[in-house]
Amino acid sequence: MQQFTDLFRQIDSTTSTNAKVAALATFFGTASDEDKLWCIALFSGRRPKRAVTSARLREWAAEAAGVPLWLLEEAYPVVGDLSETIALILPPSDRQDAQPLSAWMTFVLMLADMPEEERKAQILSAWGDLDDTQRFVFNKLLTGGFRVGVSQRLMTRALAQATDLDEAGIAHRLMGKWTPQTTSFNNLILAPSIQDDLSRPYPFQLAHGIEGDVADIGPPTDWSAEWKWDGIRGQMILRGGEMHIWSRGEELMTDRFPELRKALDFLPQGIVMDGEILAYKDGTPLPFNDLQKRIGRKTVPSSLLKSAPVVMQAYDLLEYDGQDIRERPFAARRALLDRMIQDLPPDAPVILSPQVTFSDWAELAALRETSRDRMAEGLMLKRKDGPYLAGRKRGEWWKWKIDPLTIDAVMIYAQSGHGRRANLFTDFTFAVWNGNELVPFTKAYSGLTDAEFNKITRWVRANTQERFGPVRRVTPELVFEIAFEGIAESKRHKSGVALRFPRMLRWRHDKPAQEANTLTDLKALMG
Amino acid sequence: MSRSSVLTFTNKGIYCPAGDFYLDPWRPVDRAVISHAHSDHARFGHRHYLATPQSAPVMRHRLGDIALDTLPYGETCQIGYAKVSLHPAGHVPGSAQIRVEVDGEVWVFSGDYKPEPDGFCEAFEPQRCHAFISECTFGLPVFNWQPQQMVMDEINSWWAANRDEGRFSLLAAYSFGKAQRLLAQVDPSIGPILTHGAVEATNAALRQIGYHLPNTVQVTADLDPNAYKGALVIAPPSAIGAAWAKRFKPAQTAMASGWMRLRGIRRRRSMDRGFALSDHADWQGLNDSIRATGAERIFVTHGYTEVFSRWLTEQGYDASIVATEYSDDSLEQAEVAE
Ligand SMILES: [Zn+2]
Ligand SMILES: [Zn+2]
Repeated sequence: MQQFTDLFRQIDSTTSTNAKVAALATFFGTASDEDKLWCIALFSGRRPKRAVTSARLREWAAEAAGVPLWLLEEAYPVVGDLSETIALILPPSDRQDAQPLSAWMTFVLMLADMPEEERKAQILSAWGDLDDTQRFVFNKLLTGGFRVGVSQRLMTRALAQATDLDEAGIAHRLMGKWTPQTTSFNNLILAPSIQDDLSRPYPFQLAHGIEGDVADIGPPTDWSAEWKWDGIRGQMILRGGEMHIWSRGEELMTDRFPELRKALDFLPQGIVMDGEILAYKDGTPLPFNDLQKRIGRKTVPSSLLKSAPVVMQAYDLLEYDGQDIRERPFAARRALLDRMIQDLPPDAPVILSPQVTFSDWAELAALRETSRDRMAEGLMLKRKDGPYLAGRKRGEWWKWKIDPLTIDAVMIYAQSGHGRRANLFTDFTFAVWNGNELVPFTKAYSGLTDAEFNKITRWVRANTQERFGPVRRVTPELVFEIAFEGIAESKRHKSGVALRFPRMLRWRHDKPAQEANTLTDLKALMG
Repeated sequence: MSRSSVLTFTNKGIYCPAGDFYLDPWRPVDRAVISHAHSDHARFGHRHYLATPQSAPVMRHRLGDIALDTLPYGETCQIGYAKVSLHPAGHVPGSAQIRVEVDGEVWVFSGDYKPEPDGFCEAFEPQRCHAFISECTFGLPVFNWQPQQMVMDEINSWWAANRDEGRFSLLAAYSFGKAQRLLAQVDPSIGPILTHGAVEATNAALRQIGYHLPNTVQVTADLDPNAYKGALVIAPPSAIGAAWAKRFKPAQTAMASGWMRLRGIRRRRSMDRGFALSDHADWQGLNDSIRATGAERIFVTHGYTEVFSRWLTEQGYDASIVATEYSDDSLEQAEVAE
């Protein structure tokens, strides 16, 4: 635990990317193979199943600290992180543990199968053996939320440095379905082959947003355009007679979308397609809300299969005939994909994402204005001669989104943030007028600068009318312009609407609360 | 005089009717007894001040030519019908708890306090009393300080590592109190120590009355930083991150404050490091100190008052909240946006 805690401490006490990579590379150069593998697993989001609920942890920690549970609950929002709250509230300890990370992970895995009383005893005794930073790390391992400012990409870079292997190659090896129990450091990193895992996806290519003039990216003839869909980005993999669907978040989603399995009847083996999974009916995409109903469920009731069927809208081909073709130019990959899909019958669950033809940027800009009517979020621009690259590479793929919808709303509740923003009020509930009444319609917590959050925090403290735990009702006085990507009817919300990606665009210092928008204004945006 | 009102709480500050004086008032008054020289406790505009002799030079430096009488620790003076004495609070040099006795009823106002001796300022001495007015800046059970030596070891090794890499170590600390505590405890054999003018002015005031501090060099416009490579630079948080600090390159920055115990706050500041070193009582310290007074009535102020008074009530005390206008200087410092 000490070596891994030291690694955590080094990463956590610096803001420099280079220093983080160097600390990780040192760890990869010195730790045992088992510990390296666990470190890779944790930093790529492969966490063991939660061994204990957070409610139990809170109770046990309060008991061990000799304080009532309510006092721990009061301290939690101030600290902003439950693992840290527990680590700090337990009686101070000067013990340190020297066992390796892998031993602790084995311990965490064992806890899941124990009777509750024994689990409690084991956790209490573990807390007693650790100093406070070790406790924090241990609690993070227990609760399965290991996010410490290191992206998978940084970890991959460090691993490349430590092993002298190519970064893109490692990124590919880390994809897919593996756990430290099913592989070894050697099989995963040093000596893998594509046959190891038929379900392994490729690292996704990502796009930058266009900020200035679109013409700055070059002549229109270099670029291919298609609609940017509001679905779930995924890769469909057909290998060895099987089909797998991976999300961009590296989640295996095959079972959530049983209707896509039919692709096996229509498409050849040895292919990998990149595309968007959309709820889709009668030739048009359905609102994201319908897809949302599908995401949370592992098994899908047949009523939902009927009301919100999905398709894979494909826009790129990464593997063909068992060959990795990512090095070929986009135009060539896309031509191959077109040929493969265009003649499929209408009941095939894979369709082509249509390309948008245009001769100059002005024409494309006019087409972009029609995005919302087509249920698209804007356009994607891909360089015709570009290979398929891992991650976000400047100048290759651009997203050119339409301007968001906006509404001026009054802040009515405030709640403090978490982690870096504990002690600041950053989560707000907004309302619009319905007659003389303010109707809450959305929450938003991003879009402002730290300086603005500081200012609002002081204002909230001075204008609190009522407290409900961490939430404060404030004087309805401040007006913010709220931006969002879409709006749909919703029976679950008091306002009758649900927003997509709401955020604060700016603080309208110039507007009194009386001049904020009304519920009628808001509903009019549904078109 | 009713036994329950040795001190009352007014909109100008804590007031003693029997002696017609105020304790750390925030509005101008005729007669003020001052717990310590921090600016939220020792304010401008009173006609007459009373404080410890150790507080006097810093108060004069900050408030100018004031009418100030001093009362040594442990000695009693009579003001009207009240007996007043000052007792070490362990917060900063010269800091005192103010003990007021009227007709045998004893009330103590803690000011800001820290029970852990820091080897520099006068160590906290608990006072038996009937009612105790306690700060609770860190009145949550997640605030438990590590021993001072442990934090100082971290600071020393951070400084030494920076020196080895040819970097300056810029350490942000409140210019009165925290800065001198650090100066007194760091290992001066690691390298030279430079100070900001605000810190050095306080150093001079304290050295003059016998506090021992290591040698320091004040940063002035004509100082050549390159002659002090690897130095430790102690300055107020506002100077670090401002143009003033730009002359020290390359450098690592750090902040020493009790709030640095929290990872969220540590990371929100754009400092490279945060050292959890506080001049206030931690959770254990608050509870132990309150118990040591033997008081049944506890008034809490300055911090997590709602939570802390509820906790004390559950522990069997007659606890209530007092609203004061002492700005939580340490919190403000942690929250200021860079
Ligand atoms: Zn103070
Ligand atoms: Zn204070």
